[in-house]
Amino acid sequence: MLLESPLDPKNAVIRETCLAGEPWIKTIRKGQFFRILDLEGNQAVDTLFYSATNPEERYSATDTIVRQGALYLTVGSKLFSNEGNLMLTIVADTCGRHDTLGGACAAESNTVRYAIDKRHMHSCRDNFLGGLAHCDCHDHGAARLGLGKRDLAPNINFFMNVPVTPEGGLTFEDGISGAGKYVEMRAEMDVVCLISNCPQLNNPCNGYNPTPIQLLVWDQ
Amino acid sequence: MTTNIPSEKLRWEHVVPAGTHWSGMIRRGTVLRFTDIEGGANCSLMLFNPEDKLERYNMPDTLKAQHTALLSRGHCLYSDMGRIFASIVEDTLGWHDSFCGVSDAAMVKARYGDSHYQQAQNAMLRNGRDSLLIELGKYGLGPRDLGPTINLFSKVVADGEGRLAHVADHSQAGSHVDLRFEMNTLLCLSTAPHPLNASTTYAAHPVRLTAYAAEPVSADDYCRNFRPENQRGFINTERYVG
Repeated sequence: MLLESPLDPKNAVIRETCLAGEPWIKTIRKGQFFRILDLEGNQAVDTLFYSATNPEERYSATDTIVRQGALYLTVGSKLFSNEGNLMLTIVADTCGRHDTLGGACAAESNTVRYAIDKRHMHSCRDNFLGGLAHCDCHDHGAARLGLGKRDLAPNINFFMNVPVTPEGGLTFEDGISGAGKYVEMRAEMDVVCLISNCPQLNNPCNGYNPTPIQLLVWDQ
Repeated sequence: MTTNIPSEKLRWEHVVPAGTHWSGMIRRGTVLRFTDIEGGANCSLMLFNPEDKLERYNMPDTLKAQHTALLSRGHCLYSDMGRIFASIVEDTLGWHDSFCGVSDAAMVKARYGDSHYQQAQNAMLRNGRDSLLIELGKYGLGPRDLGPTINLFSKVVADGEGRLAHVADHSQAGSHVDLRFEMNTLLCLSTAPHPLNASTTYAAHPVRLTAYAAEPVSADDYCRNFRPENQRGFINTERYVG
């Protein structure tokens, strides 16, 4: 479902650009609005959320899927934690569909999916780990959670199109996003957001051309 | 297709009662047959590498490597390290759920009411999440280590909009699926009902585990050649176990 947001970027309290292949880590407070903007189009944004106060509580793909009885995310989708608590609600979306099943690319999974020698290409899970290794540079609150590899649960891929057929097929298709499309969420608890702006070059998730995104936060 | 297990290959059998949980080490070269004794079972699996428990079953890597949302014969169950814990060498059902995870305490209480040991004793209604957390806890693992499960015997289909429907009566009595373990694997499982099972009663059923010796993986092995990705997954696994 497509729905625009009334919020004006001029009033955002955070407005940062994250280049392709870079991590972004930030605490978002309950009641704040958080927008991910696809600046140039067709860019997968691998995103995880953690409770800002409890490192054991995080976004859960399966809890979110089961509670909404549907695979894709759009306006009205509620992002649930592994403890069954509501973390964020999607309140605006000009793209229309976001993926819950594709997870993050990784050096190791690239060897399986493409070729053994693709291991040394940059990947989202390497990007997550690199970001977490320098977590304190990004966000002091996030650093206190002490997140590591065990916390890299299946993530949301904003702007990524991974259709599942009634016969059980699953494919990575060309993106349905475009330049200037965005998705916006309201935080329902204090959360830490961990993003990898996807560097994948081997499939159409980024249109074979990874590009920058913008992250915006409003107090209301 | 059903292979009869020759008695000289049989290692052990164990029945996991309805709605309970189990864990154990399954060695490389073992096939574990899961049998739905009564029909209607659900068996939720988590897999870890006992040498490095940070290596665990990875749902997205498994699905995208094989371009599938369902799991059946030919599919391999991948770790996050590009290796194969187990391959599905036999399956009488054709569909096992990969993306719904397990029930939790609030869900089971809301549907079926309060159930405590004090009144119900070992018939208490266990939920999938707490069951798996108990088994994970035996190996020093906890909530941060619990991820999506493989839900054997369950089928959930998506329509064109991604809306899900749990298929009741998918698994009949006697249906089975065989996992051939390609790495030593710590297996944790729960037989609590599937989280989207709409039954108004707690519809749990027992699952029989039958362990038997695997044949060596041949060059023309069905799972290895099911997809080119699986050939590379086997290479990664052989480099590790070799």
